[in-house]
Amino acid sequence: MKKDIVSFAMGNEAITEGALAAGARFYAGYPITPSSEVAEFSSIRLPKLGGMYIQMEDEIASIAAIIGASASGVKSFTATSGPGFSLMQENLGVAIMGEVPCVIINVMRSGPSTGLATKPAQGDVMQARWGTHGDHGIIALSPSTVQECFDFTVKAFNLSERYRTPVIILTDETVGHMREGYVRRELSPGEILNRKEPTCTPADYKPYNFEAEEDGIAPLAAYGSKYVFRINGSGHDESGDPCARPDNADKFIRHYTEKFIKNRKDIVEVKEFEMDDAEYAIIAYGCSVRGAKAAMKLARENGIKVGLLQLITIWPFADLEVLEICKKVKAVVVPEMNLGQILGEVIKVGQNYTKIAGVNRIDSQIITPYEILAKLEEVAK
Amino acid sequence: MKYMDYLRTELFPLFWCGGCGNGAVLGAIARSFETLGYTKENTVVVTGIGCWGKADDYVKTNAFHGTHGRAIAFATGIKLANPSLNVIALMGDGDGATIGGNHFIHGARRNVDITAVIVNNYNYGMTGGQLSGTTPENSKTTTSRYGHIEGAFDICKLAEAAGAPYVARATTDNPVVMQHLITDGLKKKSFAFIEAIAPCPTHFGRNNGMPDAVSLMNWVKDKSVSAQQAKTMSAESLEDKLITGKLVDKECEDYGTKYQKIVESLRVKEASS
Repeated sequence: MKKDIVSFAMGNEAITEGALAAGARFYAGYPITPSSEVAEFSSIRLPKLGGMYIQMEDEIASIAAIIGASASGVKSFTATSGPGFSLMQENLGVAIMGEVPCVIINVMRSGPSTGLATKPAQGDVMQARWGTHGDHGIIALSPSTVQECFDFTVKAFNLSERYRTPVIILTDETVGHMREGYVRRELSPGEILNRKEPTCTPADYKPYNFEAEEDGIAPLAAYGSKYVFRINGSGHDESGDPCARPDNADKFIRHYTEKFIKNRKDIVEVKEFEMDDAEYAIIAYGCSVRGAKAAMKLARENGIKVGLLQLITIWPFADLEVLEICKKVKAVVVPEMNLGQILGEVIKVGQNYTKIAGVNRIDSQIITPYEILAKLEEVAK
Repeated sequence: MKYMDYLRTELFPLFWCGGCGNGAVLGAIARSFETLGYTKENTVVVTGIGCWGKADDYVKTNAFHGTHGRAIAFATGIKLANPSLNVIALMGDGDGATIGGNHFIHGARRNVDITAVIVNNYNYGMTGGQLSGTTPENSKTTTSRYGHIEGAFDICKLAEAAGAPYVARATTDNPVVMQHLITDGLKKKSFAFIEAIAPCPTHFGRNNGMPDAVSLMNWVKDKSVSAQQAKTMSAESLEDKLITGKLVDKECEDYGTKYQKIVESLRVKEASS
């Protein structure tokens, strides 16, 4: 019998439990509001599971340690907020170029700089996409409930393992600190994905030979196994040896983007609410989904047929799903706690098809249903 | 395995400049691996960025080539996730003691069972001979043309003050001693640090009137005093001297062992409850 536990918990606790359920056994981090509970819960839970918890000297070292641990074959994660996420950008690039799976939790707070340290924001959307230098793709998921904190963290680990990539959970102070009931499901083995391991002879193993694989993802061995290999954050060839040949650079740098495009169908996830008869749509993610759901109900009570598209994956951007909605409705409203970071993406996709408007707050106060409703009424006039 | 079997000799000659000390340090490390019977499978060489950061190109063991200054942080994760691995972090002075200074002191304090080797050639070689955290005051570099006006780190003193259980300094003019010091560091079940003083005639030497390896080696030799000798000398006469040999060697339970005790105690508690 599987044991599902119903508990009343904060988002940061559910994230920790999701990571552990997905098989994570290594956490390295540095305390920062409003993410510190992930570290605290991890420091209590991991030793009991025989896993490793370590507090590092900064966020640069934290992400370095989880990348190292993952190369040793252990699923690893860290948690931080804006200022720490900024420090992680350097080694986020190592995980991208070295193709080392790991999960980074960013419980977003108001920025820039130290900002309003205890207040929510959704201002790191573009930093998650483009924060580390150079061309690359990335996966980012954004939960809006405590249940989603658990579920999306499991998904984050699965995507990370499947595509040999860092995956970012972009949550925020509201969702991270909010308490709700959720089901801590005991996952069946089929729900947990592990990285593809090599099956060739050790002499034949090349850790970056992605072209030989149908899914475009090379198997990843672990340090200490019979396979001897090199992880390389510098330009490298299939073997991991340094290589500065232009054709090789072209092939690999494209690969860091194309592996996500190629597998888009398996990665991108959205959820629709009452879209069937909708004449207007809200596109939202993270904490803003909560206000959006209420606004949708209020609008329908007022006779405006509104639907909601929740972006579960923020990156890669759900362009096809957004396009479909933009083609269908009279106007789209995008509420977010920044000055339009996803709004810009929606405009890029849908500006030729529909009217698109943002509801934006950057004053550390969450967006209320009435603010979204007012914008819906304005565009419906 | 013989020491040459750890090295990718097909890539020789080494890309480092003539007179550079890196090859001697790499040789000493490979000989230490041989002495300790390390296998390619159970060993991970972690490097930073810089001339010495290219050392992993030449090893046949597992390798991790990360970012500038972060080798100890990567090595910490690699080791703690699989304690059966032999993990050695290779850094230069700009890498390990300047941009990576914070990871270095916390590595020494935290005491994870890894070995760190900093090759100190007193400047940034790869980027063209700029000043680093170990560049001696008054010396000239490509970014201190009128003389360096900052003080330099004594990395061994830094490691000792931060709590490293094993600290040693070796010079490339005495590779056999260097090899013994590295071997002992690798054997030690704790954070072990070895500073390897190496000549950089191309940059540091050329800019300071020592354009060849021999004059740089003599400069180092003249400054060197063994740890034993140093005990008999006054603090004044030791100023500007390089004290070589084993500087710290104390027993100190490593992070992994202490952590495992917590894991065990929780298991016992769980079983009895």
